[in-house]
Amino acid sequence: MIETPLNAKIKGEEFTELPRDLYIPPDALEVYLEAFEGPLDLLLYLIRKHNLDILDIPMADLTRQYMQYVDKMRAIKLELAGDYLLMSAMLIEIKSRMLLPKPVEVAEEDDPRAELVRRLMEYEAIKLAAQRLDEMDKVGDGLYVASAYYQHISQVKPPEVSLDDLAEAWRNVLKRASHFKHHKVGRSELSVREHMSIILRRLKDDRMLEFTQLFDVKNDGIPKLVVCFLAILELCREGLLRITQQQAFSPIYVQINTYE
Amino acid sequence: MSEISNVTELKNVLEAALLTSHEPLSLDDMLRLFAEKMERTTLRMLLDELKQDWSGRTMELVQVASGYRFQARDEYAVFLARLNPERQAKYSRAVMETLAIIAYRQPVTRGDIEEIRGVAVNPNVMRQLQERDWIDVVGQREVPGRPSLYATTKHFLDDMNLRSLSELPPMEDFTQQEISI
Repeated sequence: MIETPLNAKIKGEEFTELPRDLYIPPDALEVYLEAFEGPLDLLLYLIRKHNLDILDIPMADLTRQYMQYVDKMRAIKLELAGDYLLMSAMLIEIKSRMLLPKPVEVAEEDDPRAELVRRLMEYEAIKLAAQRLDEMDKVGDGLYVASAYYQHISQVKPPEVSLDDLAEAWRNVLKRASHFKHHKVGRSELSVREHMSIILRRLKDDRMLEFTQLFDVKNDGIPKLVVCFLAILELCREGLLRITQQQAFSPIYVQINTYE
Repeated sequence: MSEISNVTELKNVLEAALLTSHEPLSLDDMLRLFAEKMERTTLRMLLDELKQDWSGRTMELVQVASGYRFQARDEYAVFLARLNPERQAKYSRAVMETLAIIAYRQPVTRGDIEEIRGVAVNPNVMRQLQERDWIDVVGQREVPGRPSLYATTKHFLDDMNLRSLSELPPMEDFTQQEISI
């Protein structure tokens, strides 16, 4: 096949027969897709360029050529292929309706091409309008808007506060504070470990103490007493204390566990 | 006792506001400049005078869709363009045709646009126009699927230096060429 410049057959003036002129080299697909915005655009171009008579377009040839591109397009732009297929179908439909003999009883039938022509004209109008919009000066492109610098001093208005606002704010503070109270996980000031040491130290001096002597019930609060009790249990668990009781309800004695 | 006593001072305030604003100023915007109540007719009169004062200068006071602004006269555009040699990237034909359809046929759906152009609407095209704030959705057509209806914005008119859609080049300019069958 002879190497032809892209699009040369479409835009070239040397064509003699319309069907050949419609041929677009498959290699030109990319160029073709960029040059035309769709089947309407292509048809419009052909009609304007060559004064094409829609009635005389060889539909079979046109469709065959279309299909070649549709196959190629499938690999690249499926959506476009669909649009071109639709146009092929429309052209064939028009042609077939033109060929069919008109029933006698239908005296007046709309020209099958009317809808296509309407669409072509509408598209052409929009196409030209788009070109005009594109040519118009726009802000940022040919249109320059004044924008002098000035030192911004925004007026700062102190916000207004009503008594209700203040009361509401206070309620919120209280609410939040109560949350804190419930959820506060403070470091225990009463360390079980610390009391374990204290108890061991006392037992070191006194060897043996009655259980109740380990608790200063008068001065210590309940938390401290609990911690003290926990410390005794912990010491016992660790085998450092020996707790003895002769019989039920008799005094309990605590002493350091010795292993001799 | 009034804050500003004479017309010249009033015009100066308007001028300063208009020259420093990045967006066109509406009449309501400009009325806020003055602590005292001003009639809109008074404001319009002042703006007319201001416009006269600037005739023959480099800037002109123009009215666009969302208000008034100062802009350089046409004859300086060619010089000013040299300050920013990198040209504004051109919009594709698809973008401009879609914009033209929305501008002239609004409100339209994607389907309407596809019908006129004969090809599917590329979502990218709509996104570009929406990001530029030239089009937006103004509602839904009450048909199955409730497709969005698109229209051009005031910002589009501002950017195109227009006061209203009626100032667009008339469609008749583009529809006179008959296609012979």
